[in-house]
Amino acid sequence: MRSIRKAATAVSAVLIAAGLLAACSASPGQPDAGGKTAITVVSLKPGSEQSAFDAFENQVKQFEAANPDIDVTSQEYEWTGPTFTAQLAGGTLPTVFTVPFTDGKSLIERGQLADLSQYVRAFGYADKFNPTVLRSGQSADGGIFGVPTAAYGVGLHYNRTLFTQAGLDPDKPPTTWDEVRSYAKQIAERTGQAGYAQMTQENTGGWMLTSLTYALGGRMQVANGDKVEATIDNPGAREALTRLREMRWQDNSMGSNFLYDWGSINQEFAAGRIGMIMAGSDIYESLVQQNNIKPADYGLAVLPLAPGGSAGLLGGGTLAAVNVKASPKQQAAAAKWIDFYYMSKFLKQDAAVLDAKTLSESKQPVGLPKLPIFDKATLDQYNQWIKPYVNVPLAQMRSFNEGIFDQELAGEPTAHTQEMYAVLDTVVQAVLTDPGANIDELLSTADSDVQAILDRG
Amino acid sequence: MRTWVRRGGLSTLVFLLPLLVIFGVFSWLPIVRAAVMSVQQTNLVTAPKFVGLENFQSVLADPLFWTAVRNTGVFALIALVFGYPIPLVVAVLMGEVRRFRGLLSAIAYLPVVVPPVVAVLMWKFFYDARPDGVFNTILGWVGLGPYRWLQSATTAMPSLVLEATWAAAGGTVIIYLAALIGVPAELYDAADVDGASIWQKIWHVTLPQLRGVLLVTLILQIIGTSQVFLEPFLFTGGGPANSTLTVLLLIYNYAFGSSLGGDYGAATALSLMLAVFLAALSAVYFWLTRSWSTS
Repeated sequence: MRSIRKAATAVSAVLIAAGLLAACSASPGQPDAGGKTAITVVSLKPGSEQSAFDAFENQVKQFEAANPDIDVTSQEYEWTGPTFTAQLAGGTLPTVFTVPFTDGKSLIERGQLADLSQYVRAFGYADKFNPTVLRSGQSADGGIFGVPTAAYGVGLHYNRTLFTQAGLDPDKPPTTWDEVRSYAKQIAERTGQAGYAQMTQENTGGWMLTSLTYALGGRMQVANGDKVEATIDNPGAREALTRLREMRWQDNSMGSNFLYDWGSINQEFAAGRIGMIMAGSDIYESLVQQNNIKPADYGLAVLPLAPGGSAGLLGGGTLAAVNVKASPKQQAAAAKWIDFYYMSKFLKQDAAVLDAKTLSESKQPVGLPKLPIFDKATLDQYNQWIKPYVNVPLAQMRSFNEGIFDQELAGEPTAHTQEMYAVLDTVVQAVLTDPGANIDELLSTADSDVQAILDRG
Repeated sequence: MRTWVRRGGLSTLVFLLPLLVIFGVFSWLPIVRAAVMSVQQTNLVTAPKFVGLENFQSVLADPLFWTAVRNTGVFALIALVFGYPIPLVVAVLMGEVRRFRGLLSAIAYLPVVVPPVVAVLMWKFFYDARPDGVFNTILGWVGLGPYRWLQSATTAMPSLVLEATWAAAGGTVIIYLAALIGVPAELYDAADVDGASIWQKIWHVTLPQLRGVLLVTLILQIIGTSQVFLEPFLFTGGGPANSTLTVLLLIYNYAFGSSLGGDYGAATALSLMLAVFLAALSAVYFWLTRSWSTS
């Protein structure tokens, strides 16, 4: 009996020791696998079509062929506040990742992004960026920590099929907010689908309320020297909410779901159950890759801006950044990847053609409307290079492409943006779900709540 | 020492070690870490700073804290009033059925087997607020509705309770059924001899015999519903207009609501407050009910 126990003790001790050793030796992300520099990069949003991933992997292969000393592993990625926070805190962000313009400044201040200045300067286009766009990825002393890869303006996306069914001309999208309202009503009455819908959840409610407020001439924050003042209680925001209330409660043209975030509103829109939505001008790619939208359904118009000097179009964009914890070798490799995958296509003809060709061969959207991250001439040149490969229904986006450069672009609020949006989510939800919601009271409460957040610093 | 080893103390310890390590690392360490973090300001990246009770003060000063407490209370109360008796009634009725009991238990337990996320997504579809949504169509046949379900601050919370009750009842039913088997048959025979009706048998025999189990399931239900997270998180994200924001969802929002690194101090402070509250509640509960308990 005793010998059995002894043997068991010995065996279990060995097993535990082996287990501990195994646990210790399996350290993730070895930086120099087989003499190569290993980096992980973000690829596409989870749930994208296989062909989209195939196209991405082809680009990885092209990069690795050109850089035999770098080993690239891709990782699915969709930026959302909660997942990004968890990855940031847990130290599990890939070597290369993307963040919205609004987060660039704070992440740089907190030392959470790697300094890319020397690499971007070496690539030769550091001084070619549109200075306003580049600023969101720069530190106070001008160092480049985030590379702007794409810029968007908010547009009005509409379903051409529903327009036709409702007796509207799909080539004549609304150009004023009164028209948006009457079109929405007509769509709801004649097709039974939501004429217009708006995001309300996960901070997107605040984001879109801010867009609508900008379009109606209001602003949510004003910088006052070093201090930022919340100006949520403004006539533009009041008009925005009043318009939403009228569409929701008088016209009943907003459908029956008022809890949408970015993903779920795209899903409903692509399924043909919403006539019009406001969203970043770049969502068509995701509507194709994730939601399988019928291209014939899709239309994109510029967002109507109220007459008068103060109305502006909310715009933002994406920064590519590098994990500050990566080794210098990895950082250099990561910068090369950013140059290859995101940037060089805008500046070099062969890169533009290769990129467009690879995407179009996998039937991925090529030729979407873009806002310039360098200057307009560079963007026009790029569009010229990729012309033979364009496979998106550009004619259905004409209103946007023609109108966008006449619109006054206004950046997103910069201080505690996401926290402010979270407060505004509640305001939009209240107006859309409670017929008795008091807009004045909601705005003044939100104003003081956001001011408290801003004062906290 | 030598006798301790010879008596098998060492091998006992070695056998126990994996469990102790796993339990310590994955259960107790996080608890201790949370307690430490509740008095710190930290973003988990830079060095934490000691701030005393500041996190607790900022949680108590947050207007959303009281909204969350109220909502959680409402959820727990509705779940108690409707969700607590239903499994008992179902179990007692099933206990009376002689045939197909296995099949009935399986049907009652089925919702527990459905993965919670799948169940919520399914119910979200049922709760479609359009007149042609599933529930609205069914209720329309008897002239009711259409209701707005999740899309209104007044009906959102009851809608969550309905799904939560459906999802959890099966487990409790099985516990009651097992307890019912333990009720001695002689008691029912004796009641029969005294000419008791079926209701009298339930009232005077079944329920008193089940009271030990009933007391435990009651406090388990209260603790469980005070920690409700899944339903509000997946159904409504706390909306419309914070009407389904619960304490756990608020903790989550503190920690992960801002993309720039959350307020982990406030999140752990509120977690700790909830834990202490539930521990105190359980202690008071068992003290108050000690005379009813079977042991």
